[in-house]
Amino acid sequence: MTTPAESNLLEVRNLRVDFQTRRGTLIAVDDVSFEIKAGEVLGVVGESGAGKSLTGAAIIGLLEPPGRISGGEVRLAGKRIDNLAQEQIRQIRGREIGMVFQDPLTSLNPLFRVGEQLIETLQTHADLDEKSARKQAIDWLTEVGIPSPEVRIDQYPHQFSGGMRQRVVIALALCANPKLIIADEPTTALDVSIQAQIISVLKRLCREYGTAVMLITHDMGVIAETADRVAVMYAGRLVEIGEARKVIQNAKHPYTLGLMGSIPTIGDTEEELRQIQGSMPRLAEIPEGCAFNPRCPNVSDRCRKNRPELQPVDESSVACWLFEDSAVPSELS
Amino acid sequence: MNSQHDILEVNQGLIARLVDSFKRAQDSDLYYSFRRSPVIVSAFIITMIMFFAAFLAPWIAPHQTLDLKTLDLMNAYLPPAWEPNSDPNFLLGTDDQGRDILSGMMFGLRISLGVGFASVIVSAIVGTLLGLLSGYLGGRLDSFIMRVADVQLTFPAILIALLIDGIVGSLLPKAAYNELKLYVLVLAIAASQWVNFARTVRGSTLVEKNKEYVQAAKVIGVHPFWIMVRHVLPNVISPVLVIATLSLALAILTEATLSFLGVGVPPTSPSLGTLIRIGQQYLFSGEWWMTIFPSSALVILVLAVNLLGDWLRDALNPKLR
Amino acid sequence: MSENQAPMLEVRGLTKHFDVSPPLLNRLLNGTGKISLKAVENVDFKIPTGKTFGLVGESGCGKSTVARLVVRLYEPTAGSVNLEGVDLSGLNSREAMEPMRRKMQMIFQDPYASLNPRWRVAKIIAEPIRTHRLLSDEKEIQKRVAELLMQVSLSAADGLKFPHEFSGGQRQRISIARALASNPEFLICDEPTSALDVSVQAQILNLMKKLQRDLGLTYLFISHDLAVVYHISDFVGVMYLGRLVEWADTKSLFNQPKHPYTQMLLDAIPDLKFSGRPRTPVAGEVPSPITPPPGCSFHPRCPYATARCKTELPLPITSQSSQVACHAVEEQRL
Repeated sequence: MTTPAESNLLEVRNLRVDFQTRRGTLIAVDDVSFEIKAGEVLGVVGESGAGKSLTGAAIIGLLEPPGRISGGEVRLAGKRIDNLAQEQIRQIRGREIGMVFQDPLTSLNPLFRVGEQLIETLQTHADLDEKSARKQAIDWLTEVGIPSPEVRIDQYPHQFSGGMRQRVVIALALCANPKLIIADEPTTALDVSIQAQIISVLKRLCREYGTAVMLITHDMGVIAETADRVAVMYAGRLVEIGEARKVIQNAKHPYTLGLMGSIPTIGDTEEELRQIQGSMPRLAEIPEGCAFNPRCPNVSDRCRKNRPELQPVDESSVACWLFEDSAVPSELS
Repeated sequence: MNSQHDILEVNQGLIARLVDSFKRAQDSDLYYSFRRSPVIVSAFIITMIMFFAAFLAPWIAPHQTLDLKTLDLMNAYLPPAWEPNSDPNFLLGTDDQGRDILSGMMFGLRISLGVGFASVIVSAIVGTLLGLLSGYLGGRLDSFIMRVADVQLTFPAILIALLIDGIVGSLLPKAAYNELKLYVLVLAIAASQWVNFARTVRGSTLVEKNKEYVQAAKVIGVHPFWIMVRHVLPNVISPVLVIATLSLALAILTEATLSFLGVGVPPTSPSLGTLIRIGQQYLFSGEWWMTIFPSSALVILVLAVNLLGDWLRDALNPKLR
Repeated sequence: MSENQAPMLEVRGLTKHFDVSPPLLNRLLNGTGKISLKAVENVDFKIPTGKTFGLVGESGCGKSTVARLVVRLYEPTAGSVNLEGVDLSGLNSREAMEPMRRKMQMIFQDPYASLNPRWRVAKIIAEPIRTHRLLSDEKEIQKRVAELLMQVSLSAADGLKFPHEFSGGQRQRISIARALASNPEFLICDEPTSALDVSVQAQILNLMKKLQRDLGLTYLFISHDLAVVYHISDFVGVMYLGRLVEWADTKSLFNQPKHPYTQMLLDAIPDLKFSGRPRTPVAGEVPSPITPPPGCSFHPRCPYATARCKTELPLPITSQSSQVACHAVEEQRL
């Protein structure tokens, strides 16, 4: 499953994020590794508390103390970015990595007109005079599908609806032509019909500009529509990663199976939804061995003692002792 | 009425719950942040020392300065014990009537703290009640109470206190007025402080009112009075503690100012403010100790209480934790 | 829908307008009149006893307002709400409403705000019992609370804890236990699983279905998630901008949606089966409920709109077990 390092746009190796609290160290992201190739969309899916947002924040250098990266490395186009000073990270943010967050209301400064924010970003990352920057800003607004952009460019964020604001945020993220966009729950706050619109805008533009996307979400439906590959996180660990279609239709890890089974689907004939007993452990109470073992229907003694590593299984990678025998011996992983 | 059941529950559980609360408090973030700050611990210790000194004054003060029979004019104008010509019996010196400054301070603290606490309690109760009613019931009642509050805020606290004092003074016959002077003072200071409580509680009430647990209580069919008292009130009361602490400092200062101006406590129960006033005349003629010590005590007390109030506000702020 | 017995809930012509005018002074200075937000406009539906009616729609469609009108947290501007045949608007005192309040209870969306953070769980669950004086002996009340906790798959010892010690899913269970405490017959559920993770949602939905079977409850289930509504409802109603544009039994609505908006909503659901289903692009956004478009309020986004749709409000076409308000359906163009 490993690819030659040079073709990976983003490489995350053994990333560890923890929080120092007075009750001890809480590990929120535990030895997570994955890569994103140029132009591909990787979905990172998991429920609340799984650590997916923190992974995104760690990559882009936005971890709030007492959270900190305590292990592993993050490489963008081969260069390490996790150990840079604040000033250098700021350069990278925006120019090389763009961000789209969940709440469009707080992503845009309510005191500035939408055009001003776009123009400012354009001028920071490319040498443009006021007039050309404004023209490009209007072009971007058209690209993301905002009607009458020449008028709306001078309006304030509160004059836009939620979906429109999110389009502006996407424009802001893409206008500096970054190589990678990290989108953290970009459609969660939107209605389902608007969600579909936003996802199609994001997909189209990223394909057009060859931008890779790390799409963090809890919504499998969004992943199915958008992602090329998907990584499933549980209690800070990566439990399964592979091609989106394969993982969704043919999940291997018991957690992924349980997750897919618990999603209600139209056309289902089952009376009951498949449910996973219990709930995700709190950071302070992550069990020994495989983090999922208390809830797993196929648990064995080994699961309680030893933590499974990601093994290639068919075309995905799964971290589960059930697949130990079919795993390829690891001179590759 | 289901209130009986609650009273039962309250009485039975009270001791157990106090013990449980104490245990939880020790383990809490609040205590942790308290222990970590040397400034706050010092402020707390100082405040406690002053509280106890004031509380136990009749028993531990070296001299009974309020008892006129024990005064001896021969003891007047004595400097503090480390100066020449002093009397070691009077540690911080004496005033123009032979009263021991240290003991006078202790009794004065008693009055200052007594008036301060009493007015904070009155203004907290009145302010919280009005804020709760105003926020929960809304409408004209809310507008009325808030306009009264707005008007009152345009007057400085001292002025309001003077105003009330003056009004009551002219309404009551002199004898009654003198007897009631302390209560009038407490009322006057409380009147200048209630608005802070009312506004804050009203704001919190407006927020809590729209929360779903209040709606759930309405759907269950609970009487609005009980919703206000049992559901909303416990959730809006924590800022009151912070305001009360800061209010205490202000109340003490207000009382001291009024007494300094001569319109505060009656001369039979001198507070720190009174002592400062008495000593002020002699400040530059040499007997500095008569003013400096009471003033320092006042400053330290108010500073300590303010620091505690600030810390409490930051420690209880969920967003900063 | 068999009409052998009176429906548990019957809503007729339910309307709610909110006055969102600026204050008097501003209105005088600017010369503007009063502004009213038409949150719910002329909604009719029935829920038979023991069944679940799912109400779906996007934000601003008025479904939450309908829930609050049914449970009488708001008073309707017009129309009536009948619970077991009794018209609620005729009950004007708290005493008169009391028996109704015992029969219907509500579960809210936000598991963090729907439980009083200062009360212990046992006290929260016992509140309906005490308010309606269903039991008077303290021991009996505690026993009943323990029963309720176990009914929602929590333990009796959980009664001694505070809400913040529980996860979102567990809190919703506590809310459900509280709702069941007065032995209600009708539960209004306002997006009870929208704030929960998908695996927790599955647990709660399974629990609710089980409780419905065991206790014979009737549900009004509000949600924006069509898949959830499909799973739990017997009947589904679709709301748009304050109006009920279509309702039908679940299978019919999902297999043969009649109203263009219903079709659009179903199309917008992501396809987890990768069936390659063609998706018509979705246009436009929900207009503001203060100035809704004239005629049929969906016409700006409707691919089948005609001149008539722009001026004339479509009247509901009712049949045995469904209702649709659309000119295109009436004219049999769809």
